[in-house]
Amino acid sequence: MTQEYCAVDLGPVAEILKDYPPEEASLIQVLQDVHRAYNYLPCDVLGTVAKTLNVPLAKVFSVSTFYKAFSLEPQGDTIIKICVGTACHIRGAGQLVEELERKLGVGPDQTTEDRKFTVKTVNCVGACAMAPVMIVGETYHGSAKPARIGKFLAEAEVDHAD
Amino acid sequence: MQIESKAAFESLQTESRARHADAQAEIHVCCGTGCLANGSKAVAEAFAAEAEKRNRNGGPKLVVKPTGCHGFCERGPLVAFKPSGLLYTKVKAAAVSEVVEKTVEGGEILSRFLYKDPTDKSRIEQYADIPFYKHQNRVAMRNIGLIDPTDILDAVAEGAYSGLAKALFEMDPDRVIDEVETSGLRGRGGAGFNTARKWRSCKKAEGDRRFVLCNGDEGDPGAFKDRSIMEGDPHSVIEGLIIGAYALGAHEGFIYVRDEYPLAIVNLMIALEQARAFGLLGANILGTGFDFDIKISRGGGAFVCGESSALMLSIAGKVGEPRAKYVHSTAKGLFDLPTVLNNVETWANIGAIIDKGGTWYASLGTEKSKGTKAFSLVGKVKNTGLIELEMGTTLRHIIFDIGGGTLGDRPFKAVQTGGPSGGCIPEHLLDLPVDFEKLTEAGSMMGSGGMIVMDDRTCMVDVARYFLAFLIEESCGKCTPCREGLRQMLVIYNDLVEGRGKNGDIERIERLAKAMQLGSLCELGKSAPNPVLSTLRYFRDEYEAHINDKACPAGMCRELTAYRILEDLCGGCHACVKVCPVDCIAGEPKSLHVIDHEACISCGACFDVCPDEAIVTFPKNTLFETEVV
Ligand SMILES: Cc1cc2nc3c(=O)[nH]c(=O)nc-3n(C[C@H](O)[C@H](O)[C@H](O)COP(=O)(O)O)c2cc1C
Ligand code: SF4
Ligand code: SF4
Ligand code: SF4
Ligand code: FES
Ligand code: FES
Repeated sequence: MTQEYCAVDLGPVAEILKDYPPEEASLIQVLQDVHRAYNYLPCDVLGTVAKTLNVPLAKVFSVSTFYKAFSLEPQGDTIIKICVGTACHIRGAGQLVEELERKLGVGPDQTTEDRKFTVKTVNCVGACAMAPVMIVGETYHGSAKPARIGKFLAEAEVDHAD
Repeated sequence: MQIESKAAFESLQTESRARHADAQAEIHVCCGTGCLANGSKAVAEAFAAEAEKRNRNGGPKLVVKPTGCHGFCERGPLVAFKPSGLLYTKVKAAAVSEVVEKTVEGGEILSRFLYKDPTDKSRIEQYADIPFYKHQNRVAMRNIGLIDPTDILDAVAEGAYSGLAKALFEMDPDRVIDEVETSGLRGRGGAGFNTARKWRSCKKAEGDRRFVLCNGDEGDPGAFKDRSIMEGDPHSVIEGLIIGAYALGAHEGFIYVRDEYPLAIVNLMIALEQARAFGLLGANILGTGFDFDIKISRGGGAFVCGESSALMLSIAGKVGEPRAKYVHSTAKGLFDLPTVLNNVETWANIGAIIDKGGTWYASLGTEKSKGTKAFSLVGKVKNTGLIELEMGTTLRHIIFDIGGGTLGDRPFKAVQTGGPSGGCIPEHLLDLPVDFEKLTEAGSMMGSGGMIVMDDRTCMVDVARYFLAFLIEESCGKCTPCREGLRQMLVIYNDLVEGRGKNGDIERIERLAKAMQLGSLCELGKSAPNPVLSTLRYFRDEYEAHINDKACPAGMCRELTAYRILEDLCGGCHACVKVCPVDCIAGEPKSLHVIDHEACISCGACFDVCPDEAIVTFPKNTLFETEVV
């Protein structure tokens, strides 16, 4: 494996794997930590996970693609989640998705070209009383209105610059 | 400090209760997910700083507690005061020093923070007098909002773990199961299976190693009771699991939590650690020689993993595809060993049942559905939030007395219960007493207790379509009736909402529904037709309007709906212009505004903001006729 091909740092995954017993039952928990550390599941890292946990690589991929929490593609600096659960749906979540598409030029499960934002839809984040809800980065916005999306995006860019 | 005897536990209780006896006031700041989103962290910090300042100056002691969700998230950040019982809503950090000075010290009530009743506009001072709380009866949620979930002593002071102490010191394992049986408790995760019966069936299974699991996957969109319980009173869940483990002879437990609930995970972890530190969990619990510990397993964001066999596979690190039901998980569950899985709310009831007795619990509720039930009341209703009520309360009471009626007093159309496995209940059934049986008879389900209120601006064809789209994403794809049936149904529904509906579509939908009910492997596929069939049963006229007139009576299906401004009503406030995403409304302030129908995308944003109700919908295919008139 050349240096160029192996562009991801395998340091963090090695650290994560130390915390778990090397068995299949650890797989999902490990992938979650990996996802948090790398912001996605890089292929090479999955190889390391498979080897260390003694799970076939095919199984690792099968789990990685089955669960929605995982992305095999690099994601934007800020992840925008729009809740499209029932309560949010009937209070206008669809309008939020459209407005984001107009503002960023990308739809659900896509990342802007400058890698600043990834848009995702989720089914209920448990804040239904404040529907419709969108989460920009770590910040929850309740009773979100399309007209306020511009402001949310600007705040996220500032946050990230900090 | 490890507690190793009954006497030591009792003195811990006394000690924890005395802790704040000398406080002048307790200030409870809600720090649940909802209130945090509204800025409650800064509010809690500001109160803590004020309390600290007074402490330093030798002033009266103020106790500031961050609590879990009070269920009233929409009005957050919420601040409750003890012992006065006062409740403030929408408190801002900047106002905190004024609140401490005037309200806490001066006893003055700042009316601008009082809850305003949306029905009669009156201001209500006391937490207990607000209709939203007045009608509740909290068992599973008994301590939420009263305790700091990250402080075990706070929970102990309110009675946490006294059920556990009673079980361990006074009851043998079988007596515990008997007590649960007497209570009549049924599972709160959906199907309402009798809890004691499930436990007995696991107890009978062979083998030394067995598990107790807690289902905190809460996948039903629109339901968030489990989130609130795990966040706001994690000890109730932990206590329930320990009692269950004792009854069943299990030494290992897992709590499976949705990945979307980060705060629940954090609070559970803290609670587990503190319980271990006090000897309530781990080896030799309370000095009785009983060993039991709990691990947390984070879900991966798949709805189907809420299903019991899929959940167990997921804990084992595998893909969560359900298996056929003839193998019972009570005999062969997690790692193929005997396992009991119960919902978060089910576990949260156990401690109270043991503490107060099964007979007490059975005195609440209806003949076959005992006790209380948590619901999340959301959608187009004035007071949205989380409530717990006795089983048998009518829908009308829930939606109109507690919920305050529909938003903007628009006509009520239906309430959706049971999530993607449930159905829509129409207005003529509002007097239905809510319990497991009645909801099923009405073609819906209890499910996770989500109640989503819908008004005349909700299209029932679209609601059914919405759930199909949801389930297509979430179906694991293992069996054909579910995987393909959902897709084919969605094709028909897309035709309906986009104006291509044709005669025979309803019958085709019904045939597919039957096939899915009969042929699907797991409950996801078997119950998937419920939203479809219940909307067909009660709102067939809406389907027919979509097919025969190419019209959406609710004015929501975009391909079928156009918007128009009524000349006589428009006051020219310009509000619609500001929200129109495609800038297709023209008009000078204070004069009539007009919509450009060519450009309008029928999003409805203008309709929602118009203060004069000057904007109306009409079927798109009559656009030409209307324009000529
Ligand atoms: C597709 C599907 C999703 C489910 N999701 C959940 C869930 O999120 N939470 C839950 O407690 N039960 C869920 N259930 C029900 C569980 O399979 C199981 O019956 C329940 O957790 C048992 O607990 P109880 O007896 O305390 O209700 C789901 C069932 C199906 C078929
Ligand atoms: S019914 Fe659906 S979710 Fe259940 S096993 Fe079949 S395909 Fe999977
Ligand atoms: S429905 Fe939407 S697009 Fe059409 S005029 Fe109103 S705001 Fe503009
Ligand atoms: S919001 Fe209503 S009243 Fe105001 S300009 Fe638009 S149509 Fe006229
Ligand atoms: S439906 Fe959006 S938060 Fe629950
Ligand atoms: S989070 Fe504060 S009331 Fe729900």
